[in-house]
Amino acid sequence: MGVAAHPVAPGESRGVAGSLVELAASPEFATGPDWLVALRRAGLDRFAEVGIPTSKNEEWRFTPVGPIGTVDWKAAGESEVVRPEDIAPYLFGHRDWPLLVIVDGVVDKSLSSLQLMPGGATFGSLAGAIAAGRPEVEAHLGRHASPDITPFGALNAALIADGAFLHVPADVVLTTPVQVLHVVTRGAHDAVVAPRVLAVLERGARASIIESFVTLADTRYFTNTCSESVLGANAWLEHVRVQREGSKAWHIGLSRVDQDRDSHYRSFTLNMGGKLARHDLHTRLNAPNIETLLYGLYLTKGEQLVDNHTTIFHDQPNCNSWEVYKGVLAEKSRAVFNGKVLVQPEAQKTDAKQTNRNLLLSDDAKVNTKPQLEIFADDVKCTHGATIGKLDEHQRYYMATRGIGGKTAQALLIWAFAAEVLMEVSVAPVREALEGVVRRQLDALIA
Amino acid sequence: MSLLQVTNLHASVDEKPILNGVSLTVNAGEVHAIMGPNGSGKSTLAQVIAGHPAYEVTAGSVTFDGKDLLDMEAEERAWAGVFLAFQYPVEIPGVTNAYFLRTAYNEIRKARGLDELDPIDFYDLLEEKLKVVAWGPEVMERAVNFGFSGGEKKRNEILQMAVLEPRLAVLDETDSGLDIDALRIVADGVNALKRPDSATVLVTHYQRLLDYIIPDVVHVLAGGKIVRSGDRSLALELEKRGYEWLTSGAAVPAGVS
Ligand SMILES: Nc1ncnc2c1ncn2[C@@H]1O[C@H](COP(=O)(O)OP(=O)(O)OP(=O)(O)O)[C@@H](O)[C@H]1O
Ligand SMILES: [Mg+2]
Repeated sequence: MGVAAHPVAPGESRGVAGSLVELAASPEFATGPDWLVALRRAGLDRFAEVGIPTSKNEEWRFTPVGPIGTVDWKAAGESEVVRPEDIAPYLFGHRDWPLLVIVDGVVDKSLSSLQLMPGGATFGSLAGAIAAGRPEVEAHLGRHASPDITPFGALNAALIADGAFLHVPADVVLTTPVQVLHVVTRGAHDAVVAPRVLAVLERGARASIIESFVTLADTRYFTNTCSESVLGANAWLEHVRVQREGSKAWHIGLSRVDQDRDSHYRSFTLNMGGKLARHDLHTRLNAPNIETLLYGLYLTKGEQLVDNHTTIFHDQPNCNSWEVYKGVLAEKSRAVFNGKVLVQPEAQKTDAKQTNRNLLLSDDAKVNTKPQLEIFADDVKCTHGATIGKLDEHQRYYMATRGIGGKTAQALLIWAFAAEVLMEVSVAPVREALEGVVRRQLDALIA
Repeated sequence: MSLLQVTNLHASVDEKPILNGVSLTVNAGEVHAIMGPNGSGKSTLAQVIAGHPAYEVTAGSVTFDGKDLLDMEAEERAWAGVFLAFQYPVEIPGVTNAYFLRTAYNEIRKARGLDELDPIDFYDLLEEKLKVVAWGPEVMERAVNFGFSGGEKKRNEILQMAVLEPRLAVLDETDSGLDIDALRIVADGVNALKRPDSATVLVTHYQRLLDYIIPDVVHVLAGGKIVRSGDRSLALELEKRGYEWLTSGAAVPAGVS
């Protein structure tokens, strides 16, 4: 099952992508419906063509992913047994919330709790939806995050096997969030885990997705994930993404959102794990009167690197986008933020605001932040602001004169900084659970 | 024993000398007023007492209740009972007044070996203290000083003082920029909090405040030194004559106050 087994000429395949290309060319990915085989093939061809990006690629300038190419990656082996108590600490909200547990990239039905969904909605395994011939899957999978968007999005397409599928019919409101928990076990040592998530909300539908990435084994692995969210007219979707990978993990994700008129999308992304984590979040505003809210928080220490690249495509008039990403960086950690806002000539009355604020807790921490506003319409309101700073000495002194000194003052100020975005998570039990997660991580950062 | 004893205090910022030998004795139960021209070092003196790290003490000493204050961090001074109402209170977005005050209150209690107060008991205490500044509870959910008007910030300083019950309160121009009603609220607050074992130092430009809070001693700080001390009639005289006659060294008339 070498490279020769698929149509890409050996010369086109970059050496650095070698083991990944070989993996994706394995015969199991040539099975299934034709459209899926074709999608995987397109992903493989694309990835083999572009390979792993180098620092010469502007999109990857500060994020060294080259070392990914030096590992002899394999498919995940036999997963370790995961017990309900192993995953309990990573769950949000109530026990009766629908839960899909994906272990080393494959849905584990016994750990999941997939009760009948209201109003004919579907929530479950992507492999199951493919096998059942669900028309929404064929209609949407790979159509939004098409393989040519990013190199790793192409790789994910090439490796599509399982993941999560959510479908909410028109005017159906899901009153409880659905949870997707990606768990990595020792079985994924030196493996690529490539879950795919597809969420389709028909017109007027409403849902919240809580997606978490966690590990039960602090081993080396590579999560290469991709999600597609499709919002019909007047649909409402909140996507909370909590990345708590292990300290030796690589995590690369692409989230692609397509919105129809009058729809509302909000995302909250918490990044605190991984050796290197990169998330590309693209929202496309395809029709008038759309709102998209992107909130992010990253908390890093050691030599971690977290990279958030967001792109908002303002293609139509009267749409609002609001983006706030904040980071707290300790020790020698690094963060990259790149916020693109593209406003097409027809997108008059666009209101777009972007903010990236960073708090450095050490002299060795570093941030590369770059707004990228490309505006081709004239009647718009677009602003951006980026700051990189330390804790305010005036505030610390003022607090000290009130008896709040040292670490207590530091913790309080950092919490205040982080809480501003955390407050934007709209589901209260999720927000409260996240407060605990963030507080504990902040304690670790200032310890 | 005096509560606060400042002796021959010299302090500088960025190598620039600002205080040039200040001596001051404040006893428990007393109110002292410090007046003086702009830039004479009044706030610097207040900040050195509170423990601002930017000011370097180059000579002299400050003791509080017999302890060497200069050897303590700012928070340790607060634990010991020192409070400074800032001339320019600092804004802390994202931290509510309620949370901030409860944390401050409990940190001080912890340092004194006392149990922390739970939110409910603290709220009862807060309700009482809010009356001192004639405020409703809404203000407690606002971020500390954030978006407060100048007068609200000053009032908030008095509220903090009321909650923390310091033994030495230094009020740096808490009266500046207040209308007469707000001034009266601030003055009533200070008077209400007076105790026989505590003392107040008021830095002010205006005799008006001293109509409400009667000082035992009035000092004039000029050029980083106390150039004159007297009773409250000194403040009245300063109001009439300004500082000129005290600061142009040669023209100091004998026998005044
Ligand atoms: N942090 C600082 N850095 C540089 N210079 C300072 C600093 N703090 C005070 N100074 C200088 O020290 C001198 C005394 O300032 P201070 O604020 O103590 O005066 P003040 O008597 O309180 O004046 P005001 O009546 O205007 O409040 C001034 O010349 C001021 O510019
Ligand atoms: Mg001053």
